[in-house]
Amino acid sequence: MSWSIPFMPEQASNFAPGVDLLFYALLAFSFGLGLVLTFLVVRYSARYRAGSRADRSGRRARSLRLEIAWTAATVAIAFGLFAWGAVLFVDRNKAPADAIEIAAIGKQWMWKFRHPGGQREINELHVPVGQPVVVSLASQDVIHSFFVPAFRVKQDAVPGRTTRVWFTATKPGRYHLFCAEYCGTQHSGMRGQVIAMQPERYAAWLEARSGGEPLAAAGERLFRSLGCSGCHGAESRIPAPSLEGLYRRPVPLASRRTVIADEAYLRDSILQPQKHIVAGYGAVMPSYDELIDEDELQMIVAYIKSLAEDREP
Amino acid sequence: MSADTYPPQSYFAAGYGPRAWFLTTDHKRVAWLYLVALTAFFFIGGAMAVVMRLELATPQGDVLTADVYNRMFSIHGIIMVWFFLVPSIPATLGNFLLPLMLGAKDLAFPRLNLASWYVFAFGSLFTLFAVIAGGVDTGWTFYTPLSSLYSDSYVSAAAFGVFIVGFSTIMTGINFIVSVHKLRAPGLTWFRLPIFVWTMYATALVMVLATPVLAASLILIVLERVFGIGVFNPELGGDPLLFQHLFWFYSHPAVYIMILPGMGVVSEILPCFARRPLFGYRAVALSSMAIAVFGFLVWGHHMFVSGQSAYAGVVFSFLSFLVAIPSAIKVFNWTLTLRKGHITFDTPMLYALGFLGLFTFGGLAGLFVASLAVDVHLHDTYFVVAHFHYIMVGGMVTAYMGGLHFWWPKMTGRMYSELWGRIAAVTTFIGFNLTFFPQYVLGYLGMPRRYHAYPAEFAFWHVLSSTGAVVLAIGYVMPFFYLGWSLLRGSAAPANPWRASGLEWQTASPPPQHNFARTPTVTEGPYAYPEPEDER
Repeated sequence: MSWSIPFMPEQASNFAPGVDLLFYALLAFSFGLGLVLTFLVVRYSARYRAGSRADRSGRRARSLRLEIAWTAATVAIAFGLFAWGAVLFVDRNKAPADAIEIAAIGKQWMWKFRHPGGQREINELHVPVGQPVVVSLASQDVIHSFFVPAFRVKQDAVPGRTTRVWFTATKPGRYHLFCAEYCGTQHSGMRGQVIAMQPERYAAWLEARSGGEPLAAAGERLFRSLGCSGCHGAESRIPAPSLEGLYRRPVPLASRRTVIADEAYLRDSILQPQKHIVAGYGAVMPSYDELIDEDELQMIVAYIKSLAEDREP
Repeated sequence: MSADTYPPQSYFAAGYGPRAWFLTTDHKRVAWLYLVALTAFFFIGGAMAVVMRLELATPQGDVLTADVYNRMFSIHGIIMVWFFLVPSIPATLGNFLLPLMLGAKDLAFPRLNLASWYVFAFGSLFTLFAVIAGGVDTGWTFYTPLSSLYSDSYVSAAAFGVFIVGFSTIMTGINFIVSVHKLRAPGLTWFRLPIFVWTMYATALVMVLATPVLAASLILIVLERVFGIGVFNPELGGDPLLFQHLFWFYSHPAVYIMILPGMGVVSEILPCFARRPLFGYRAVALSSMAIAVFGFLVWGHHMFVSGQSAYAGVVFSFLSFLVAIPSAIKVFNWTLTLRKGHITFDTPMLYALGFLGLFTFGGLAGLFVASLAVDVHLHDTYFVVAHFHYIMVGGMVTAYMGGLHFWWPKMTGRMYSELWGRIAAVTTFIGFNLTFFPQYVLGYLGMPRRYHAYPAEFAFWHVLSSTGAVVLAIGYVMPFFYLGWSLLRGSAAPANPWRASGLEWQTASPPPQHNFARTPTVTEGPYAYPEPEDER
């Protein structure tokens, strides 16, 4: 057992320095204020202990100026700290467009990952240093949470929806991957490692692991075998909306609303086709909820997304 | 000391048999019924915490299995939140003192008060049965779909017990609200009320408005488990996050149920032992109300990484910083109350000063978890565990102990050993910090909460924390003995041993059955502590 005393987690992602700086600022402020208050309490306790001869003239039970002053100061500091944390948070909300997209599934009690080239791994995630990586998270059962302390990132994986988290590793190494949301008996065993590697080593690793079918290709195969292409295919005679170039486009619905065809929309349309009916089409598609699992869903979604990439100039 | 300090009609004298206790409608006796029940739950919940800390003293899981450990922290949370902290000060000190502080004979609805205890006893024992039958392993938060679809433990029974206890909370809340509105003595205007009454009022409002939402969410879990309706189950079109919204819509305000009364107790103790009025009385009174109101608007800060929209996160973070302001104002006011006082350091004062320090450091940690980017890292780690234990245990339990020592002579008519009292107060302060300060460090290092086993690099801080837990346990067990001793053998207490202001000190210790010989008339504000020179 190691008995070294750690104080701070490693900084190994693009987010870590920014979060740490804010953390240090909060720490300085807290200890500063804490020390001032402690000093005052100790000083008053000593100076004004019963029986002391300290001067007590001019004591007051209120001071409007003082109260307004400290209220105003508290408000200003609170707003400043809020804004700092909020800006960092909103900034990290959008992943860069060129990020490597990794599909992850949390299940009791393991993490399953699949790289764009089809390489799979369990409880280990290899990523290149210096390149943004976006992990799209799904859960097969209960809520889990993808937490890499060295990267200062955390995102819940929620059954029934896709969530995303991104980061750029900045330092090669092996880092803890924890499940942070309590998920049942072996919650504390749902641990793994994120392995950040130099890009060329990552490429070599991918190469050595290749042979798996790329995600979108697997999705296309399913798209045909499950019969999706029968209606959504180009030469189909059953009227169903075309999926070419659909991803991230606005879709007019029969309910006169318009939604953006994001991942959540694709997911819902496969599992609960009645939720969004595209304007001009009938509500005829059956649900695939019982027919496919979370893995297969991710493949099909990846395929539909790839139909939009092809069309980009 | 005149003979009528111990009038024969002390409320104890009204009867000694079980009937006199179990069928009483005297608010003072109901307070005792609660005190006995809550003390039992405090020690059950505390014993579980000690066993958990024992397990965590080494990185491997070696004392308990993962399954038992999970049941331990679940029931520790359920007991400590619902069967101790929520009722702690309101149902014991509040029940005993509110009518006395208002100059009233009893609460507005004495029978409802007794009924609330029976409802509490039934609900809490029902949950205890669920624990003995096999336990519940969802955490006190009952997150779906783990609780509604996946857990095979006694979730429905535990949730049902908590649901029942909720009614007793609502009964107490209604009783307090009506009493404060209708039973104030002549001359006792709102701004002459002690802060303790203000905080009881604010707490009661939150109890009445928030608890029904908890009831609704627990019932939905039971319905989903038993009948498979799809409220939270995504496969049936439900949404697991809906539960978190419902749960925290209750449970965040409930956090203020669990701290406002502590603030009230400390606002009584500090002026008394500093011999001077509470600084900025109106600001303290109104900030209690502000906390009660803003407390309803911040629930989403528990969900920054849940998949909730980032912009909702921004709004909830903003509101959370807003709710920090009234708490900060109170801390400044308490500190300034000491200035130019004549301070003595009796046991209640030591607890109150301990509260001031621990609440401040717990509250400041709240800024870290309210801050969006930092909370992404801290959420669901030991930092959060340390933060809420600083508030709930360092704050509320310390205030509860302080209040118990402060009003003990009034409640029992007996004094306790001052020496042992001081030793216990200092021991809990040291033990508490040793237990929970290391958890702040663990949290930033990335140690997730609710882990039965953990990587070895965290061991140092865990060992420190487990050591502290032993010290803390000793600090909490001590009062059980010397207060028990005082009950049997303590020297008789005068009506006002602390020379405190406040109506409750103007009647005998212990008070007569109907509190006051004749209804008092109030002519001045609270905390009217004169200069000692003037007292001669």
